[in-house]
Amino acid sequence: MTITATNAPAPERTETRLRVAQILFAAALCLAIGRFALPDFLVRPPEWLILPFADWINAAFAFVRDDLGLIHVTRAFADGLEWVLDVTANLLYGKNRWPRLGPIPWTVIAITAAMIGYALNGWRLAAFAGLTFVWIAVMGQWQWAMETLSVIVVAAPVSVFLGLSMGILAWKSEGFRKILNPLLNIAQSLPHFAYMIPVVVFIGVGPKAGAIVTVIFSVPPMIRMTLLGLQKVSAEVVEAGHMAGATRWQLLRYVRLPTARTEILVGINQVIMQCLAMVVLASFIGMPGLGQKLLQLLQALKIGRSIEIGITIVLLAVMLDRCSKAWAMKQPVHLEKGASWLTRHKLLVLWAALVVLFWLLSLAFPLLHEIGRRDALSLSEPLDAMMDWIIATLDPVTQWLRWFLIVWVLVPLRDGMLWLPFSAVLMFLMAVGWAIGGKRSALICLAYFGLIAMSGWWDRAMITVYTVTFSVFIATLIGFPLGIWGSRSEGRAKVALLVCDTLQTFPSFIYLIPVIMLFGVNDVAVVGAVVLFAAVPLVRYTIEGLRGVPASLIEAADMSGATRNQTLWNVRLPLALPTIMVGVNQSVMFSLFMVIIAAFIGTQDLGQEMQRALSSSDVGKGLVLGLAVAFMGLTVDHLVSVWAGRRRKALGLD
Amino acid sequence: MNDPKPVISCRNVWKLFGPKPEAYLAGIDPTVAFDTIRADGYVPAVRNVSLDIAKGEMLVIMGLSGSGKSTLVRCMSRLIEITGGEIEVEDRVIGSLSEKELIELRRNKMGMVFQSFGLLPHRTVLDNVAFPLEMRGQDIHERRARALEVIELVGLAGREHYFPRELSGGQQQRVGIARSLAIEPDIWFLDEPFSALDPLIRREMQDEFLRLQAMLGKTIVFITHDFDEALRLADRIAIMKDGAVEQCDRPDRIVMNPATDYVAKFIEDIEKARVVHARALMQPVNGHALTGAPVDGNKTISQLARLLVNDDRTALPVAAPDGTVMGVLDRQQALDVLLGAGE
Repeated sequence: MTITATNAPAPERTETRLRVAQILFAAALCLAIGRFALPDFLVRPPEWLILPFADWINAAFAFVRDDLGLIHVTRAFADGLEWVLDVTANLLYGKNRWPRLGPIPWTVIAITAAMIGYALNGWRLAAFAGLTFVWIAVMGQWQWAMETLSVIVVAAPVSVFLGLSMGILAWKSEGFRKILNPLLNIAQSLPHFAYMIPVVVFIGVGPKAGAIVTVIFSVPPMIRMTLLGLQKVSAEVVEAGHMAGATRWQLLRYVRLPTARTEILVGINQVIMQCLAMVVLASFIGMPGLGQKLLQLLQALKIGRSIEIGITIVLLAVMLDRCSKAWAMKQPVHLEKGASWLTRHKLLVLWAALVVLFWLLSLAFPLLHEIGRRDALSLSEPLDAMMDWIIATLDPVTQWLRWFLIVWVLVPLRDGMLWLPFSAVLMFLMAVGWAIGGKRSALICLAYFGLIAMSGWWDRAMITVYTVTFSVFIATLIGFPLGIWGSRSEGRAKVALLVCDTLQTFPSFIYLIPVIMLFGVNDVAVVGAVVLFAAVPLVRYTIEGLRGVPASLIEAADMSGATRNQTLWNVRLPLALPTIMVGVNQSVMFSLFMVIIAAFIGTQDLGQEMQRALSSSDVGKGLVLGLAVAFMGLTVDHLVSVWAGRRRKALGLD
Repeated sequence: MNDPKPVISCRNVWKLFGPKPEAYLAGIDPTVAFDTIRADGYVPAVRNVSLDIAKGEMLVIMGLSGSGKSTLVRCMSRLIEITGGEIEVEDRVIGSLSEKELIELRRNKMGMVFQSFGLLPHRTVLDNVAFPLEMRGQDIHERRARALEVIELVGLAGREHYFPRELSGGQQQRVGIARSLAIEPDIWFLDEPFSALDPLIRREMQDEFLRLQAMLGKTIVFITHDFDEALRLADRIAIMKDGAVEQCDRPDRIVMNPATDYVAKFIEDIEKARVVHARALMQPVNGHALTGAPVDGNKTISQLARLLVNDDRTALPVAAPDGTVMGVLDRQQALDVLLGAGE
């Protein structure tokens, strides 16, 4: 394409860049081949290079906590939060605390959810939301689900409020924005567990710790979306506000924030989804609810029961996602002139009437109030039988796959990764960095992985790197063809994207159920879970990239007499590649998160150490490990965005 | 139009974009060329503009995109701070108003209409129109009553509970117009109000606008890049290029006597006869023998075409609307305008 030629950087600069990269790559190769001849300090990070980051962080935390007395502040804050949590806990599952009104009958909650669904998106969402709660009640999971929800209904609003205020601050002050941006980058690539350890130290364990870690984890996307929304408000709308004589406050309150409504609501959707994901994981720090139950059942290998809980979590996730998305997409529609109060508020009136009706009914029929353990249904026996059958049938395949992968792929790869001298790995990364983004990128790669080497966790980190690399490779082999297949027709793409969207709303924990079921508790299960989790964004972005190619280019290719395959390889794929790379980037991020979560199955990488740090409340170690994972993610993120940015520019896509 | 005190008065107004523009402006000669400023790394959006706008006058600022017309109107409403010079609105230097005074001024004196409408998407037509009234704290019944009045005025009665998204482009701009009129401003800024509309709707909106103006008689600054639109609407036209005003005059004078090559090129394709009025061509009566019925001085040459071709008088008397003879029109000269000279 001619566009490429005109916008590409001067050819000689590209050439020197690649030359330097080749030299670095050759050096890396020499270091690897000549391993036996290398002095020790080039094979493994030497003692003098390893800095006691963990001790420093611990000292800093101890100082802030004890000497500055921050612990009193956080404990006081947590007590306040606990009070609110007790209120919702009382209302939802009858915890014996003020206001002692609860528990609200399950039928009332189900009908409320159905009404919310109806108001937001009509009958189908109403049925879905209502039936979700019916399922929870009938399956006897009410108590656990309400424990989980009682934290979400507190954490999500707090998180939205914090995110909105910080987003507004960041929009107002460029200085604050500049400080916040890198912090958000790191925060969004820190694995879940890294957040938990400081919270355990400052707050303790239990629901309030769960709520706080949930808030911290879900704030960053809200800040991002608020900032994005405020920056996107069109200049003319703001000018119109000025010309209407609005003061600064009026402009923000009546013009900017309402106009940024969609972005802010998308932020709220993300907050809710992050909250659910984190609340489930917070079972690791003693947060009761669905997550804790699932964790116990998985550890006891009770597959049938854990599938039941898994279904509940998935239903809740999809319901919360659909409802909040419908809210974001909902556009105001006018009412006829002179509509009476009753017509304007008919849903509200209907809801109130139904609540009263069901409350009265539940007084008459206790089963409509609460379904006890004895009356609850359970699918676990038939599920278990079915699973046993499936496992027995697939067993030869899974056995063989497990043996093959462990003996011939995973172990050799891991040994190879550990055999490589660390100097060779660093040199190789610099070569990749230089090839993609020149000196700056090479130095960024060196800095991130150099810090990992200096943290003293090099071997563990390499195991994580190998698991992630291998998993993403397999995920690409699966996801890429699936994406191409899915993009072949409009209808197919729609279905595939819907499936991907739905899968992405599942909390990561869920992905562990099927793999543990099939492969048991070992490395193959970890890889399986990571592959599943990482393939979803790949499929999604492949489809979006391929479908997003401008129609005029496809028409031009068709009129040039290109076949479908020729169009795919010569037009669609080159133009879609930058978008697909965004998918690869997300895939790597997801893998990193998943590898760390999967650690409780028993891996030997950074995740396992993270679990240990969590159980011993070692903030320093936990943060160092978390940052090591974050740096891996940020390295990939940097390389992909530099590459994709240049491609986009060269293709004239921006 | 004959009021000696201008409502808006710009004196040597400059707007430069770039690092420390005030310091740079202080060091240059005001007549320096556009390209020199660009070469120094500055973008001169408005360059040494002086204009007076009289009460009740409609000034159309006209130029291609990037000529600085939108920036100039934003300087007049102080949506943008100027770099040099001075702008007075009703004898107050708006550059030195405090934020509070500026808000007061906008709440009571100014209205503005935007190219892409600038409507608030989450508010109904009624609430959009009432927005400026709400900002100045008028109570809900009063502001709704007033908003309904203006909605009626722009022909949207019955749609007051619609949301902007539910309206067509033309209807949305009617909302924009209604909103700008809600506070009964004395000064009305319109920034390419009809450019985003398709040609038929544009024509309709121009008629509508002329009807409103005949009724309200506001002082208007109207921005457009469409010369036909400028000719239809303007009392005076200011033609801008590279941030400077090339010529500011009555439409027929611009057509008859373009001040610069740029303006001449601009009006090249304009059918002059449709712009030039009989009174613009007329000469004093002295010496001429006047015979026969006079022609209406406010008619354009093209409106008089049939008469000019058929009449055999060499000089025609020109009359004001009240019938008094103001001057004399040379038929040959008028025919030259109509048919092109010397062919």
